Amino acid sequence: MSSPGESSGSLEHGKVYLGLRFLGLVIVCLTLMFADHQKDHLSLVRQALGVVIYPVRALVDLPFKTWNWASSNLETRSAMLAENQRLNSALLNASVRLQQLATLEAENIRLRAILDSSARVRERVLIAEILSVDLNPYRQRFIINRGTNSGVYVGQALLDADGVVGQIVRADPFSAEVVLISDADHSVPVSVIRNGLRTFAVGTGDSKRLRLPYLTNSADIQVDDLLVSSGLGGVFPSGYPVARVLQVVLQPGQFFAEVFAEPVSELDHDREVMLVWTTEDSQEATNLAAEVQ
Amino acid sequence: MESSWSEAFLPLGTLIIALLLSILPLPEVIVSFRPDWVAIVLIYWSLFKPGRFGFLTAFWLGLVLDTLYGSLLGQHALALLTVTYITRHFHLRIRVFPIWQMSVTVLALLVLYEFLLFWVDGVAARTVPAIDRWAPVAIGALLWPLIFASMSRLLGTKEREI
Repeated sequence: MSSPGESSGSLEHGKVYLGLRFLGLVIVCLTLMFADHQKDHLSLVRQALGVVIYPVRALVDLPFKTWNWASSNLETRSAMLAENQRLNSALLNASVRLQQLATLEAENIRLRAILDSSARVRERVLIAEILSVDLNPYRQRFIINRGTNSGVYVGQALLDADGVVGQIVRADPFSAEVVLISDADHSVPVSVIRNGLRTFAVGTGDSKRLRLPYLTNSADIQVDDLLVSSGLGGVFPSGYPVARVLQVVLQPGQFFAEVFAEPVSELDHDREVMLVWTTEDSQEATNLAAEVQ
Repeated sequence: MESSWSEAFLPLGTLIIALLLSILPLPEVIVSFRPDWVAIVLIYWSLFKPGRFGFLTAFWLGLVLDTLYGSLLGQHALALLTVTYITRHFHLRIRVFPIWQMSVTVLALLVLYEFLLFWVDGVAARTVPAIDRWAPVAIGALLWPLIFASMSRLLGTKEREI
């Protein structure tokens, strides 16, 4: 009837058939959503789909990657020299501090051994690159180019040069999805480095702001306090900087104060992040302590 | 008849381009205005090639979108399926509409699409700001004449004037 290529037998029959097929697929969709929402029943399906769509993501990322590659390759000699010098001095700076750190670490382990408290957690890191693809704009998430093939697991913590970035929420063989600490559904257990006060930093959906909703008006917190991860909850390793307090609004009529903090990591400018593996390597720690003594 | 080029590769190619466009990084200012490319292109094909692109295409594309966006598996699939079904049911009527009327119809279809996504987000208790949702719908409907014109040119005008 409409186009010559379309073969329509009995029209009524066709409509019923279409309706049934539509209904069948809708039921499949609803079942999928239910199963996906309830638990991790579909992680295998998701992993398979993740592998299938990896080329799409890689294709979108390609021009950006090429541009970065080209711009770093076509830098002038003088710029390279300047950067080299800067990096050298930064490295020198860092290694001087590191010398102290070795002694401090040894001392710390010895003291902990004396106090009989749990051994220090050791960490292994791997650098991952962020793919230039957009996810749902309403959520603070991104994709990295490492997956379960590199040992990435769900719940793993991510850091950048300045502090805590987020954690892995989904991993397939070649890539993984990260939720940032600023996502509205995410919170980090933190403690104030000045006095050890423990609380939670909850995301707001804005990459420049975290909220500390569980602090009373009388809590000892000031603007510019540094919040570090407290290690409670077992996802984020303890002692990494998370945010700096931006604003403390006391609310006399309310029980809780309104406190906002700004993440120290460059959540919206990062191109590379570090994946962290924490291992409770107590044997190694005691060995090290014994060595020092 | 046209060669198999426009028959097979054109729809597939445009759908893949729509997928790429829907995850292309945009500046933060305009990122919440990104039209639902996949839905729009799928509406086009179910209007003008209803025999070739059916529910299974919509279903798989939806699953791919769900994986790309990290949303609930089946969410975009359900929305795309419903839009495809309605478009297909009325395709003979819609495709003789004048262009502005067609845009209004597309607007209604996109509103339905976003509403379904919004509704699933709500049922699954995922926090999503409600207001940002409707800009892509408006942009999509405004872009429709442009998309319609360029796609029809690609398809070849012969097939369109039936």
